Amino acid sequence: MPPIAQKFESWLKPDGAGLACAPGAFHIDPTRAVERAIITHGHSDHARPGHGAVLATAETIAIMKARLGPNAAGSFQELRYGESLTLGGVTVRLVPAGHILGSAQVVLEHKGCRAVVSGDYKRRFDPKAAPFELVACDLFVTEATFGLPVFRHEPDAREIGRLLASVAANADRTHLIGAYGLGKIQRIIALLRAYGYDRPIWLHGASQPLCDLYAALGIRLGELRLVSEAPDKLPGEIVLCPPSALKDRWSRRLTDPVTAFASGWMRVRGRARQHGVELPLVISDHCDWPELIATIAETGAEEVWVTHGREDALVHQIGLMGKRGRALALVGYEEEDAE
Amino acid sequence: MKAFADLLDRLTYSPSRNAKLRLMRDYFRATPDPDRGWALCVLTDGLPFSFPLRRTLTELVATKIDPELFRLSRDYVGDTAETIALVWPDASSLNSDAPPPCGEGLGVGVATIATIPPPGASRHPPRQGEGTTTESEGKPSPRLSSIVAELALIGRNDLGPRLETWLDGLDVTGRWALLKLLTGALRVGVSARLAKTAVADMAGFTVGDIEEVWHALTPPYEPLFAWIEGRAPRPDVANAPVFRPLMLSHPLEAADWAALAFDQFSAEWKWDGIRVQIVGADGTARLYSRTGDEIGQSFPDVTAGLRFNAVLDGELLVLRGGEVAPFNDLQQRLNRKGVSKRQMEQFPAHVRLYDLLIDDGEDLRQLPFAARRARLETWHARVRPARTDLSALIQAADKDALQALWAATRAIGIEGIMLKRRDSPYVAGRPKGLWWKWKRAPLTLDCVLMYAQRGSGKRSSYYSDYTFGAWRQADGGALELVPVGKAYFGFTDAELLEIDRWVRNNTTESFGPVRAVAPRLVFEAAFDAVQRSTRHKSGVAMRFPRIHRIRWDKPAAEADRLETLMAMIEA
Repeated sequence: MPPIAQKFESWLKPDGAGLACAPGAFHIDPTRAVERAIITHGHSDHARPGHGAVLATAETIAIMKARLGPNAAGSFQELRYGESLTLGGVTVRLVPAGHILGSAQVVLEHKGCRAVVSGDYKRRFDPKAAPFELVACDLFVTEATFGLPVFRHEPDAREIGRLLASVAANADRTHLIGAYGLGKIQRIIALLRAYGYDRPIWLHGASQPLCDLYAALGIRLGELRLVSEAPDKLPGEIVLCPPSALKDRWSRRLTDPVTAFASGWMRVRGRARQHGVELPLVISDHCDWPELIATIAETGAEEVWVTHGREDALVHQIGLMGKRGRALALVGYEEEDAE
Repeated sequence: MKAFADLLDRLTYSPSRNAKLRLMRDYFRATPDPDRGWALCVLTDGLPFSFPLRRTLTELVATKIDPELFRLSRDYVGDTAETIALVWPDASSLNSDAPPPCGEGLGVGVATIATIPPPGASRHPPRQGEGTTTESEGKPSPRLSSIVAELALIGRNDLGPRLETWLDGLDVTGRWALLKLLTGALRVGVSARLAKTAVADMAGFTVGDIEEVWHALTPPYEPLFAWIEGRAPRPDVANAPVFRPLMLSHPLEAADWAALAFDQFSAEWKWDGIRVQIVGADGTARLYSRTGDEIGQSFPDVTAGLRFNAVLDGELLVLRGGEVAPFNDLQQRLNRKGVSKRQMEQFPAHVRLYDLLIDDGEDLRQLPFAARRARLETWHARVRPARTDLSALIQAADKDALQALWAATRAIGIEGIMLKRRDSPYVAGRPKGLWWKWKRAPLTLDCVLMYAQRGSGKRSSYYSDYTFGAWRQADGGALELVPVGKAYFGFTDAELLEIDRWVRNNTTESFGPVRAVAPRLVFEAAFDAVQRSTRHKSGVAMRFPRIHRIRWDKPAAEADRLETLMAMIEA
């Protein structure tokens, strides 16, 4: 019997555009335009325009159309979670990845072997994403955004508690929270609502369309208003904006803002200080280190490929776990807060 | 310890000076003696004892995490103390299914996956309190002063086990604070001076008031707090042979020069030695560096001749036959516990005086510079201490004449010019507009970026330290790059971002935190001087190198050659 790596490489391997499945004639999250693409989720580094045909969940397709335009791909085909179809002898199934609304893992079966391509994923509760579904497999293709032992995300409850405590203690200041526009902002809003914050939440203009899209997909976020329509400088209020707006002149319209940033990177002081953050919130849409390695263990995969992130440490760890790890070193995927 | 850990944590994230001052002032007011005094000690001079910490920590951390994983984590975080604090297992996960140690399955303490269920109709934040973590529930954390007291007595072999117990009992913030305290490198964006300012702010004093008495006190500074709080008289320093805070100068920019009122200033040459303060009392003299460290033990040749009751400001130099030797010669005498007779003969030390602060108990610091200078001249003519002379005043007819003298400093091997306002009192710190240092214009060279290394602290995830090279003819005749310098400042944050991206896209090889890059990006390096060096492959070393401009436009092949740099070496 050939070693597992070779067994898979006959039908799944990285090429210049990303992870390619030759018999199925498709790529997964390709970083340049291809004939056929399976898209795991709507973040712009995974969902790029110009493909001939796109296969994804309905939510991901809606996000792609909203962000990239209705003609972002030659054609769109929807695949529901759990349903499967066969492409060139390869069975394809999408299962929830828990990363953002519509995010999916791609389960591939061919020649009696099963590979799971995780896309980006998380294991924690997210009121706005279907929870991660564990699929046992022979090959697990994982991300490693937080693939270092220093990354341990705090419980969301604790971070939201810190935010609300800071809001209570600084009634004369605006709390300005930088967060990734797709998924993170909506999750923070949902968490705030879940913990009883019922005041209007204020948005930077750039953050509005995706919140509207979530609303159109039936997700309730409570009362949202635009900062540009604010009656005053919003003392005591919570404002959400893209990370890039934190230090922009735009923020001058707020009252002595407490600058916060919601990201897994906030675990490391240096990263928080780079952004001039006063209130770092460790809230992430990715797995932390213990979750990554627990997931790898739980899939039972003997072979683990790492797509992007801090792959050195994770591949080393996979070796310690008695499995074969391999860094694919795929380029073109941005880090969590790059948008 | 918890209050102190919270203080350090919040200082890290408070960008504004005023917020930092408020945090420290509130802490000093709310915290009893002696804890606050030890906190002040940690924020200023650091704990007065040291430990074999590196090895202890390395051994300790190896019992918790695979060494390779630790190394990669350390490279990423850029700070050993913080890395250990982050990877150390949390108290809560110790009690859950104990993770196997490294090498046996999972590498690091893995708690079971935490999923937070949606709360019910709770109208309250899940946890009260100002955004700080609680330490292992219910167990009071040890007091800062008792940690310090234990550390002062702890034996070499007991440190590891004790440290492990403390770390196990603390949360991530507490672990970080404890390790920062032990390693002494806080990096919380607070200078010693700012911490002293916070003490002064407790009751309307100035930082000068604190600095004046500072060197007569020792931690935990109970008499200092007693005085600030009006419970005791001011600590007596009048006749104590202690360091007095120095007056420092500002770099002179073009706009400052344009605005400078020439006729109100005195000028002196800028000497290329180190700043010292001589404190003479009771027939002996102490020599202090600019930070108040006593360095007299390395310079008995100087201190032997100083028998007077006065405090003087000057420059420590190596002087041969009346000529100032290069800084490198002085370097041979610095940072040594003792000094040999041969070294004293080979590198004879000397102090060039430029100010008189206290003369026989009379404090002159409120007098204008011109008056102090006159007193200094009279004093020196009378006392004539061996191995000293006066820093001469430069005579220039007008501003243009002085500018011409400055322009010629490089030619005559002088570092620049000092400008001192004649009516300025001697003010501790760096008051603006009174003393200026006007360094000679730098040399520049177009170099090619060869290696980039990740920075530390705030820059830990950026490639921010650059090694650049110049071309030279290799043995076979082809051109090769040879490293000539290394710099990590001189660019803006926006430029850093661009260079960082460029480095990632042009990497040819990685060695841990260092990347070799394709020879394509040209930096115009600026530096004060270039010297011969046997420690560098190129045979030269730049002094004070920095990135002057990034030449995105310039082809690497047109960068400068090593010969050009060699020609800049001063005789």
